[in-house]
Amino acid sequence: MAEYVIETPKGKWEVVCGLEIHCQIISKSKIYSGASTEFGADPNEHVSFVDAGMPGMLPTLNEECVHQAVKTGIGLRAKINKYSNFARKNYFYADLPQGYQITQFAYPIVGEGEVLIDLADGSEKSIGIERMHIEQDAGKSIHDIDPKKSFIDLNRAGVGLMEIVTKPDFRAPEEAGAFLKKLRSILRYLGTCNGNMDEGSMRCDASISVRPLGSSKLRARAEVKNVNSVKFVMQAIESEAKRQVALYEAGETMPQQTRHFDPSTGGTKFLRLKEFSDDYRYFPEPDLAPLMLSDEYIQSVKDEIPELPDEKKERFVKEMGLTPYDAIVICENKETAAFFEKAAAGHDAKKVANWLMGDFFAMLNEKKLELKDSPVSAENLGRLVELVSQNVINGKTAKDVFAIMAETGENPEKIVEEKGLKQVTDTSAIEAVIDEVLASAPENVAAYKGGKQGLFGWFVGQVMKASKGKANPVIVNQMLKDKLG
Amino acid sequence: MAIDTNMVKKIAFLSRLRVSEDKIADTEKEFNNILKWIEQLKDVDTANVEPLESVNEEALRLREDVVDDGNQRDAVLANAPDAEYGYFVVPKVVE
Amino acid sequence: MSDLVKLTIVEAKKALDKKEISATELTQAYIKEMQDKRNLNAYVEECADKALEQAKASDAKYAAGEAGALEGIPLGIKDLFCTKGIKTTACSHILDGFVPQYESSVTANLLRDGAVFLGKLNMDEFAMGGSNETSYYGPAINPWKAKDSNADLVAGGSSGGSAAAVAAGMCAAATGTDTGGSIRQPAAFCGVTGLKPTYGRCSRYGIIAFASSLDQAGPIAKDVSDCALLLKSMAGFDAKDSTSAKLEVPDFMSVLGQDIKGLKVGVPAEYRPAGLNAEVAACWDKGLEMLKARGAEIVDISLPHTQYALATYYIIAPAEASANLARYDGIRYGLRVPGESLDDLYVNTRTEGFGQEVKRRIMIGTYVLSAGYYDAYYLKAQKVRRLIRNDFIEAFKKCDVILTPTSPTDAFAIGDKSMAENPINMWLNDVFTVSVNLAGLPAISLPAGLSARGLPLGLQLIGKAFDENTILKTAYALEKDINFVRK
Repeated sequence: MAEYVIETPKGKWEVVCGLEIHCQIISKSKIYSGASTEFGADPNEHVSFVDAGMPGMLPTLNEECVHQAVKTGIGLRAKINKYSNFARKNYFYADLPQGYQITQFAYPIVGEGEVLIDLADGSEKSIGIERMHIEQDAGKSIHDIDPKKSFIDLNRAGVGLMEIVTKPDFRAPEEAGAFLKKLRSILRYLGTCNGNMDEGSMRCDASISVRPLGSSKLRARAEVKNVNSVKFVMQAIESEAKRQVALYEAGETMPQQTRHFDPSTGGTKFLRLKEFSDDYRYFPEPDLAPLMLSDEYIQSVKDEIPELPDEKKERFVKEMGLTPYDAIVICENKETAAFFEKAAAGHDAKKVANWLMGDFFAMLNEKKLELKDSPVSAENLGRLVELVSQNVINGKTAKDVFAIMAETGENPEKIVEEKGLKQVTDTSAIEAVIDEVLASAPENVAAYKGGKQGLFGWFVGQVMKASKGKANPVIVNQMLKDKLG
Repeated sequence: MAIDTNMVKKIAFLSRLRVSEDKIADTEKEFNNILKWIEQLKDVDTANVEPLESVNEEALRLREDVVDDGNQRDAVLANAPDAEYGYFVVPKVVE
Repeated sequence: MSDLVKLTIVEAKKALDKKEISATELTQAYIKEMQDKRNLNAYVEECADKALEQAKASDAKYAAGEAGALEGIPLGIKDLFCTKGIKTTACSHILDGFVPQYESSVTANLLRDGAVFLGKLNMDEFAMGGSNETSYYGPAINPWKAKDSNADLVAGGSSGGSAAAVAAGMCAAATGTDTGGSIRQPAAFCGVTGLKPTYGRCSRYGIIAFASSLDQAGPIAKDVSDCALLLKSMAGFDAKDSTSAKLEVPDFMSVLGQDIKGLKVGVPAEYRPAGLNAEVAACWDKGLEMLKARGAEIVDISLPHTQYALATYYIIAPAEASANLARYDGIRYGLRVPGESLDDLYVNTRTEGFGQEVKRRIMIGTYVLSAGYYDAYYLKAQKVRRLIRNDFIEAFKKCDVILTPTSPTDAFAIGDKSMAENPINMWLNDVFTVSVNLAGLPAISLPAGLSARGLPLGLQLIGKAFDENTILKTAYALEKDINFVRK
């Protein structure tokens, strides 16, 4: 892709960025306790004594969190570690009841992997995954009830998280955006995280630094915490990189620090320097023995992995003739891809894709409907495309039929039949109409023959009108040309 | 590896404990005394020795993913020094 | 003192089964002792009314022929065990007024078998100490006095209240916990029997954590048989503790009285350093002679890393404790000392709530885990811990059980100056006991005689992992020969 360079009168700078993404694991119960993970309950309802850090309480590991993590690791084309262990990360915070987070440190469950991202110019780039580990989420502090107090709700405390750490492979905001979209797509395909950044089930921290273009040395980075949308992550990278460039160009230094993204300005704000408050004193969690995974177990999880967006995209391009762009758009969402495949079964896939991405999406948009609530079923969309392919109706009629389908949800074949919309391909019938039109407008025929070639379209229009739109336009064109000489 | 005043302050901060100014010197001395004693471990050759994290040799057991806990807000809050509207209450946290 | 409180559990159970006595009578007798001997400061919370209710229910069970293995037996519970509806503080100011809404698995097992709870027993704050002097409620006092002095002596620690209460007849037996010797040393000081089971034998669920990889619950009782009976009830797999061993609990009682002929008893050279107290050495030798007389074979063994065990322990235990005690922050339970900010609240609460020894250990633990020091201290200690464990694995290739003293001295005076001056002097009390915790092994301490001052001395038997049967069988034989007269 085109290089992303921050250019100032003084020089050219390159952005170096890595992401850490916390993804809430889809499971019924919490990672270390049997309390529910359900969102939206009354405060402190879904809290076990373990989650509340009561004296003498001990964690027990939820097998589904392990299963989901292994699935995700496979989806990230990553190494699944047969040996991993848990560690305590020690820090004090109001919504961290134990005073430490049970996480993984030296031995994460998932090792190195990669995610392919699709960029706007059609190119692909591989983003390295450094590692992924599982850990517990913290509770929530509510600050807006009382000016002097904060209120602690532990319902979220102990919900399982997967923390995915990328390599510092991002060189442009667009790449980070494409990565987050792709990651979300993979997680949703796998069913391991719902990926909703606005609800906080996927949260992103970005480590950002800049360096003079051509330099290979890494400079101090700023860690921007909790950026909660794809757009904001891109904004944060751009604004933070520019801020750092301005600092360096002014001859100032940029110490390693933690920053906060402010959605109202699109910029970042200083939070704290990296100092001894970040001494987390990790050590192996004595309450949980090391986690051992067998080859058989890992294989059994591999066997249940569905086709993921990359493979699906490739198949759609190679076997179904889609353009890479169409395939990417259709494959981003598992449901869309499934709908497409159903619609395209036995029909012209390329045309189905055009319909899907054109009139169909426009219709959903206009009606503000989710795909699952579409009045037009996948089968009926396929049938409509087939009707055009078979010359039963022409493109224009198809649009009318689609409009009826969007209202009634009916089968297009039935609509065409009932409304008598089948296009006329019988040349003698068309010839009769043409003759009639020509006979009724001798002046225009004369004018055309006299050189007014622009009238050709008028004749076509008249014939189509007389046939109530059912005449095959290709045949009409050909016959008119023959007749008019 | 002697502990100095700054280290005492850092440890106190990380532990969320206050060591009053007049006690820092004593604490420093006491810690150095203890650390000196602990450092006898340096004499042990531990090359090629794997650290022992747990004497428990069984692999970790996993729990089935069922909801069988929670829904006991009153019990969770029963001992709270300050609770309101079903929340634990603390002085305002500014972040 | 009523004769009822002199009965061992095995004896009392027999009398109850035969309906010679009632659980209510037995409980009343213990309640009287508990109330009469408050000067020993063994209990920090008394539950006389609740105990009598339980006793009444037990009598009904006896009448219905549904009595459990410990039906109507009045026990004292170390304040480290969370007991539902009964104040539990780990004898720390920071847990002021904490009433657990849940029951520890070990106490739940005892209740399941019909035990009656008399109250909560004094201990060193968060089990950190060897004399019970770090308790927020002041030290428990040893019922024993030296011949020539009326000075109050320590009951040992951390389970000092448990050992004192059992020795003084203030409960039929007690629960204890042992992280570096906290069951065995006080048992030795008070002339009673204490068993620290194999790590993983008893669930840690609901026991306030000190050092998670070392903590283990066990009984302190009048004799070996009672320990065996109690352990059977306390032990067992618990899904709520991921470190609990998924093993059948053997019938420990069944091995008592078995012949120990041919048993190989290991004597570790390293436990007899040049300066070992002569009385302690003599007591140990006497024990060995008795075992020999019963046909056991005495085998010299070596546990070469013994001298490093204490330093290893005083890295690992504080490190784990520094994290385990982070939850005491004044937010969800216990003491809260207000502050302007949340951080002030934390610091105020923890500074006021924790005692000196606990703060010392939290800070040492924090230091040995902190950036730049982890490898030199914590990781190093974990490696030495493996060497210590390997020593035992090697030794047990040559012997079935190991006999050592429990403690390097008899009970010392409350407020002992040298210990107050230098914490390491206090820590040295654990010299014979900590290795067992580091290796996760079972060990029992039984009273083996009196010092010249007339104070109890203990002997310790160490067994292979999950082989409590061998130490119980051996201890039972020794007990018969020693014929120690309890207080």
